[in-house]
Amino acid sequence: MKPIESFEIPEPSKVNYINAQYGLKSWLLTKDHKRIALLYLGSITFFFFIGGLYAMMIRLELLTPPGDFMQSATYNKVFTQHGIIMIFFFLIPSIPATLGNFLIPMMIGAKDLAFPRINLLSWYIYMLGGVITIYALLAGGVDTGWTFYTPFSTTFSNTYVVAAGLGIFVNGFSSILTGLNFIVTVHTMRAPGMTWFRLPLFVWSLYATSLVMILGTPVIAITILLLAFERLAHVGIFDPALGGDPILFQHLFWFYSHPAVYIMVLPSMGVISELIANFSRKNIFGYSFVAFSSLAIAVFGFLVWGHHLFVTSQSVYAGMIFSFLSFAVAIPSAIKVFNWTATLYKSSISYDTPMLYALGFIGLFTVGGMTGLFLASLAVDVHLSDTYFVVAHFHYIMVGGALMGYLGGLHYWWPKISGRMYPEGWGRFSALVIFVGFNLTFLPQFVAGYLGMPRRYHAYPPEFQVFNVLSTAGASILGFGMLIPAIYFVWSMRYGKHAEANPWHLPGLEWRTQSPPPTENFAVTPIVTWEAYEFAPAEETEVVGKFRPEMERI
Amino acid sequence: MDATTEQLHGHRSLQHHFENMEQQREAGTLGMWVFLVTEIMFFGGMFLAYTLYRSAYPQAFASASNHLDITLGALNTGVLIFSSFTMAMAVYFTQTGKPRPQVICLVLTLLLGLTFLGIKAVEYHDKYNDHLIPGRLIPGRPFGPEVAQEGDHDPHKLHLLPGATVRQVELFYWIYFAMTGMHALHMIIGAGLLTFLLIFSLKGRFDPEYHSPVEVIGLYWHFVDIIWIFLFPLLYLLGRHLEHV
Amino acid sequence: MSEHIVSVRVYVTIFLLLLLGTGLTVAAAFVEFPGKLNTVVALTIAVTKATFVVLYFMHLRYSSRLVWVIVASALFWMAILFALTFSDYLTRGWISVGY
Repeated sequence: MKPIESFEIPEPSKVNYINAQYGLKSWLLTKDHKRIALLYLGSITFFFFIGGLYAMMIRLELLTPPGDFMQSATYNKVFTQHGIIMIFFFLIPSIPATLGNFLIPMMIGAKDLAFPRINLLSWYIYMLGGVITIYALLAGGVDTGWTFYTPFSTTFSNTYVVAAGLGIFVNGFSSILTGLNFIVTVHTMRAPGMTWFRLPLFVWSLYATSLVMILGTPVIAITILLLAFERLAHVGIFDPALGGDPILFQHLFWFYSHPAVYIMVLPSMGVISELIANFSRKNIFGYSFVAFSSLAIAVFGFLVWGHHLFVTSQSVYAGMIFSFLSFAVAIPSAIKVFNWTATLYKSSISYDTPMLYALGFIGLFTVGGMTGLFLASLAVDVHLSDTYFVVAHFHYIMVGGALMGYLGGLHYWWPKISGRMYPEGWGRFSALVIFVGFNLTFLPQFVAGYLGMPRRYHAYPPEFQVFNVLSTAGASILGFGMLIPAIYFVWSMRYGKHAEANPWHLPGLEWRTQSPPPTENFAVTPIVTWEAYEFAPAEETEVVGKFRPEMERI
Repeated sequence: MDATTEQLHGHRSLQHHFENMEQQREAGTLGMWVFLVTEIMFFGGMFLAYTLYRSAYPQAFASASNHLDITLGALNTGVLIFSSFTMAMAVYFTQTGKPRPQVICLVLTLLLGLTFLGIKAVEYHDKYNDHLIPGRLIPGRPFGPEVAQEGDHDPHKLHLLPGATVRQVELFYWIYFAMTGMHALHMIIGAGLLTFLLIFSLKGRFDPEYHSPVEVIGLYWHFVDIIWIFLFPLLYLLGRHLEHV
Repeated sequence: MSEHIVSVRVYVTIFLLLLLGTGLTVAAAFVEFPGKLNTVVALTIAVTKATFVVLYFMHLRYSSRLVWVIVASALFWMAILFALTFSDYLTRGWISVGY
């Protein structure tokens, strides 16, 4: 059976979810998950550029050892705001709210998510949180670090801590509602025949991500609320001078914020599974291992937060437990990397833009993950804590990992989302520029940090300058590289080649409806009788020769 | 609606993206349970803070707890339990298609909920009068209860057990207001939801075929009751066995 | 409809048990139990009351396995929060580091 030809894609109609209704109201009051995904795409891109501006300011300051570009107080605000915007308003919602919202109903064969109006509400809540946070930034900023450590944030900081905290608090509800929607949708709205083990791995990852959102976000919500009330009331709940405990704040803060990094990376891993399988025309090696490892990462991710408290007064025995668990959490991630590699082995790889991002992810995430093990070792962490080593580590995961997955996914599903193809040549070029720029930015930071350069300092000893210059040069290249897709995606919406229903010729359910999809996704509810990633062997399929005549097996 | 329309379009309350009422009901119930998980984790953070500070300052917490009004607290517990009962009965009457008793039970639940909030308001007012609002929450009226001296049995004065300080008592009140305040906020939201339920019930929107909102809001209401079931002993009953008043 | 309708008798019984539990916990509060038992007694009664509400008023007893898993997960996650945080606080005094 040849899965690609056996499924009849209905005659594409001229009506799709984009042109089904016109007018601002039809977009701002939409219940269509696909339109909501686009609303998110716009806002998330906006916040990404704001966060990027702050990054640019950081890198400019750090070009020279003395603090000559900004005062230290300003610099404190810049890195704080870079962190807050990038983490809460870009990374956490990025893949779930855009690709997740768009694709989950399509991948399970449903007409929409379980709660479409709550989906729209979550976007409005995100925007409200964004507005409050932007108000905090414009009114004077916040300088406590995105970690809001007490008692500085409760007692000594003169900046807009409560406003920024409120923005993050409100934004958290957007996260919670998205996660809730996904969980209920995957449990109750799968099409007939779509069993759990026929689901695309992207859905498994987003399900695991949603578990983390549900269980973790409420804790940061209450933590920020307590912080805000403490700032107003001055009772001393987190202030040692008044009988309070600052470490309690850190425990509560990191109970969410560590799992939060898995909210950021799990969806990206889900995208990578899709890209690796589809662009090497092979079922993912060890599908169930990869599926279960997503759940394992979600669960284990909650057990390791104390590794952020190694150099505090946290008990060394608790430190040992958290260190051991932090090593353990690396295992399911490693399983994924091994399985992706095994998938690539003896497969039919095509080096399209999405695949370039996927391959980049595997390498960069591995570096990020391994350097995490350095930090998980108690004694080594004493040396590396609060240095640029930590900064480099998490940027390898967040940018080299999560962002690569996001960009890869955007490119891969762009024809489905917009009905247009992006220019492939520019796509590959920018992927390479981003890869080079990224490594030039963050690799020197590992060295600088190991040699002792502290983080969150706007001035540093001259011996670190060479690393910082390399890093800033890399950041410029990275910035340039990321502008290119921004431009050509917009360009493609008007001038890009029209995409057919299944431009990549793949078996996934989302490709079996027109591009862009109609509002109800499928004209008829599909009945699923095939497994995930059911590629016919190359010898049996004529399609390999048909749609890609110029590409032999590479 | 007539049988043909129902066959073609489903029950009038069936939303377009669901296949049938059963799927819609399942999704709604599951959604509320998942939401309650987030609420458990939300209150959990405060329970953690409570546990830590209580172990750190047991005498102060016992002294402060004894200073709360046990009668009002116990009364409120009874009121909330009763409201949980009437809420469960409201669901029962909706399931069995008895609209009048259903409405009566919803009204009772709402009234009991408002009673709870009223008693809470009385308690908060007493705290305000006794200068027990912590920190600088009320500008110009900092935390400053009158401490009872040896032998003084005035119930309005704070009786400190040996080892307790006023600073530590203030931490107790911080947690007391944070937890009961957050609980009260959830009750207010619940009261709002109940009002919606009442309005739709009076319009006859619910029947044995479709009453998911009644069930789902019932789940929320019971959860808020459960939080109070824990708050009452943890806040009000800590040191009664040490009371000498 | 696959709904299970709980009988009025069950509801009334649970209601009375809850009131009884409240009275019990107030009475027990005034009795001096040895050591930390006061807390244990109070929490045991509270957990029992909460269990009754969840099982019967919230219909968990008659719900699908998925809902049981959801409730169990919430309790498990609370346990993680408490256990690992207390692994810090309870072990702080164990080692003397000379300063």
